[in-house]
Amino acid sequence: MTNTAPLRKFKTVKEVAGPLLFVDLKGLSGVSFAEIVEIDTPSGDRRKGQVLEVTKDVAVVQCFEGTSGLDTSETSVRFIGKTMEIPVSSEMLGRVFNGRGEAIDGGPNIVSKTLKSIAGEPLNPAAREYPTAFIQTGISTIDTLLTLVRGQKLPLFSGSGLPHNRLAAQITRQAQVLGEGEDFAIVFVAMGITSEEANFFRNDFEKSGALERVILYLNLADDPAVERLITPRIALTAAEYLAFEEDMQVLVILTDMTSYAESLREIGAAREEVPGRRGYPGYLYSDFATLYERAGRIIGKKGTITQIPILTMPSDDITNPVPDLTGYITEGQVFLDRGLHRRGIFPPINPLPSLSRLMKEAIGKGSTRSDHKELADQLYANYARSRELRDLVAVVGEESLSDIDRLYLRFGDEFEHLFINQGVNENRSIFDTLDLAWDLLKTFPQPKRNLKRILSETIDKFHPATRDPNTDFKTVDI
Amino acid sequence: MSEQIVGTIIRISGPVVDADGMTGAQLYEVAHVGNDKLIGEVIKLDGDVATIQVYELTDGLYPGEPVAATGASLSVSLGPGLITEIYDGIQRPLPVIKEISGAFITRGIEIPALNLEKEWEFTPVKKLGDMVEGGTILGSVPETKHIEHKIMVPPRLTGKITKIVNKGKYLVTDLCAVVEKENGESEDIFFMQKWPVRQGRPYKSRLPSITPLITGQRIFDAFFPVAKGGTAAIPGPFGSGKTVSQHQLAKWSDAQIVVYVGCGERGNEMTNVLEEFPHLKDPSTGEPLLNRTVMIANTSNMPVAAREASIYTGITIAEYYRDMGYDVALLADSTSRWAEALREISGRLEEMPGEEGYPAYLASKIAEFYERAGGVECYGEDERFGSITVTGAVSPPGGDFSEPVTQNTLRIVKAFWALNRGLAAQRHFPAISYLDSYTLYWDNLIDWYRKNFSENYPELRQEAMALLQKDKELQEIVQLVGPDALPDSERLTIEVARMLKEDFLQQNAFHDVDSYCPPKKQNDMLKIILSFSDKMKELLEQGIEVSRILELPIYEEVARMKYVPAEKGFESLEQKIKELTPEIFTQ
Repeated sequence: MTNTAPLRKFKTVKEVAGPLLFVDLKGLSGVSFAEIVEIDTPSGDRRKGQVLEVTKDVAVVQCFEGTSGLDTSETSVRFIGKTMEIPVSSEMLGRVFNGRGEAIDGGPNIVSKTLKSIAGEPLNPAAREYPTAFIQTGISTIDTLLTLVRGQKLPLFSGSGLPHNRLAAQITRQAQVLGEGEDFAIVFVAMGITSEEANFFRNDFEKSGALERVILYLNLADDPAVERLITPRIALTAAEYLAFEEDMQVLVILTDMTSYAESLREIGAAREEVPGRRGYPGYLYSDFATLYERAGRIIGKKGTITQIPILTMPSDDITNPVPDLTGYITEGQVFLDRGLHRRGIFPPINPLPSLSRLMKEAIGKGSTRSDHKELADQLYANYARSRELRDLVAVVGEESLSDIDRLYLRFGDEFEHLFINQGVNENRSIFDTLDLAWDLLKTFPQPKRNLKRILSETIDKFHPATRDPNTDFKTVDI
Repeated sequence: MSEQIVGTIIRISGPVVDADGMTGAQLYEVAHVGNDKLIGEVIKLDGDVATIQVYELTDGLYPGEPVAATGASLSVSLGPGLITEIYDGIQRPLPVIKEISGAFITRGIEIPALNLEKEWEFTPVKKLGDMVEGGTILGSVPETKHIEHKIMVPPRLTGKITKIVNKGKYLVTDLCAVVEKENGESEDIFFMQKWPVRQGRPYKSRLPSITPLITGQRIFDAFFPVAKGGTAAIPGPFGSGKTVSQHQLAKWSDAQIVVYVGCGERGNEMTNVLEEFPHLKDPSTGEPLLNRTVMIANTSNMPVAAREASIYTGITIAEYYRDMGYDVALLADSTSRWAEALREISGRLEEMPGEEGYPAYLASKIAEFYERAGGVECYGEDERFGSITVTGAVSPPGGDFSEPVTQNTLRIVKAFWALNRGLAAQRHFPAISYLDSYTLYWDNLIDWYRKNFSENYPELRQEAMALLQKDKELQEIVQLVGPDALPDSERLTIEVARMLKEDFLQQNAFHDVDSYCPPKKQNDMLKIILSFSDKMKELLEQGIEVSRILELPIYEEVARMKYVPAEKGFESLEQKIKELTPEIFTQ
């Protein structure tokens, strides 16, 4: 929303505190809430900021590029009379931008007649369409047990030292929709990552050729914290354009949401707000929602926005407000497990605490394969049983287990090493993954007795021992 | 209404705006903020400065823009057409917003809550000259096939009908009747009324709760029922199934009207309700579930102040249908998001915070809300009874029940359905703890259960709950020494408890048959499991090992009961259990 208030320039900065500037407005009205400001520093460069609070006399401005070098005498502030907008076009694909949306790949900045406000308006629940279509990530554990659905938001819950970045890069390279003639794009948003990690992503995408369908936004760890608050909004605005105006299937990967939340906390503290849990602002949930809820499908539009936010849980604590509030908004979570990682399993996804809330609508005949649901239930149940038994064995020893329990233990090991574990460059189709699962279940000699979650007709049709060798199993039609 | 008060914005901080020149404005009065006429509500007055919470995004607003008080408090429109509608937190119909502004919600849209062009067939039951009082039914409109929408005299109005319209078709804005009060003044009654959301609608008297709200969910109905007119809370960490439980209650509760308030939750969940409810059938009427449902959707990304209001909008609509004599179920998902909205607004007002940054008045706000539930004798001369059952989902941070919203809620509600992360991890759904949950309504409901479940049902329930408790103690021993160390009688207890958990308490919300379990089937299932348990004990005493009993095909049959349609009955299974003798093991 813009207004026609006159342009105003002030040289009356009263106070600089952390990322905030307090500007004396000398009683002149016309500065609006959330509008963008341009700040000219004494040394002559120009920075951008946004109005956080405004009264008749004072505007509180947060400066996206940091406040170092600003003073209270020379600095001038110009209110430009509109909220933040970015130019959008499909030319953005294949490009690399900084956290403020400026090109940093040597190419020109994006020029377009279409300007979009980065705040984004809330999507009307009555205009949404329920997500039901499968996205193949090529990662067995995700595709079978935690199926990603177009329009879903499915976060990766990780910890420091875990290989979430490698996994994110792999998903970016491999993700595809099973369906012809649909354009797939990835918006990759890095927030507060190190330059080493940024280079890793950039090189990885360039080398693999994935970059041409990627828009990369890089806000680095030493970039100002405030900038981190606008980076995801710029990226999601670009994603909305591609999805809802260019009919593309867009996957947005946001890493790392923990850095984002810390920036929000920093601004909150600078404004002397009453903190909620662990110093995070009380509106952390609402603020997260304004990002996460921008995923979805709209009735009558072909494109969709799917999100994979990545967050590192401080000391692996899931009750920390960042994973906690994320979990309340997103539709499931993919959990990386330190134990699996230590045992050398990549990607170390533990399916047991993980969940995809929307998968049931997106799997089965026509989407993946008709045995998918039962097979997933069986794998989950057997793996859960094997983990329980592993704990029990630690106490009472393996001797006291029954024969069938020993099979479960063996299954658990094989499942981890052959199914969860896969190469960084190994792209498994959903059909290969499902067949691999059947192979693992061969451990159980009496399928109809031991595999209770699978109907006996399904066993007859799909089990390697009984399946018809002449049938094509690599199709969604059976 | 006095002359209109127009002030000027002096400060904007997110959803909170201060305006001066507002002398004469009232607390909780609705105001139009700025040139775009954003809708807001006065929440604080200090001299001539009014603090207003704005129900829409305030980006682009600037000091100096006008603020106009409207003279009315935040109200909902009550009349035919509420059912099947989906509203935002301040009762704006979302489908109409979609027609005006497309898929995204823009600001400053003011639209009527009810369809002003739709005609309704009205049949009067009162006639000229009749004496009426508040709550008297003047006539009714068939709102859906099974819901007769009663047109009532507004509360606290008494007098003589001097005009009433004939049977025929009317708009909600049409005049229905004119009542002449004792003092000679006349008052017009329209088909649509307004009622301020923050004020509970009055009733004659409160009634004790002696009937359970049947939900078709075994863990609730069979173990921890909530009474009609009662209050229940479902707290739980994310991923434990709060929303699925709330959806199950909205689908299968035997209330005549369901008000579903999606308060600060996911957009896709509301879409799911919108897509599913027109196709699912109400088990008692066979009509689509949508035809008894009113939805309020203020999702997490919609403005936070409207989230605060959404709970009140919902309960006021529920009270209106209660006053017609209906049993209403109100489901609020989630009350924690509502409390967070209170916290956010309070923070912007720079109020002194209480625990975890929540305002000090959190407890009284929660209590006020749940107190609007209840079974009542309605206003009016015809002895009508209605009820509102409120179920609130609570989302405690980190699943920690000691946080302020959960604790303050538990002080008020009488049924506590504790979701448990451990059960969810085992895929025991609904993941409601059979050990930690409780209901304080049981004593009042025992008679109902004896009459409608079975004469000895309360004893069966007691036995089952004791078994589960015993199982918990035994499990601790198993963890230490392994299952082999237990004597057979105790292994039997563990086995029966496992049957109770897996074959009775676990219920598949996505299975056509199991999603809704009628009361009789619940009673039969529990009875069969416990009689099978007795039989196993008997056999054990006669020297048959537990492991051999578990190989019987009948054991599988017990496990499959939940998937057997209720009409088929379980007489033959009961008979088979009775006929089990040690001899069959020697064959």
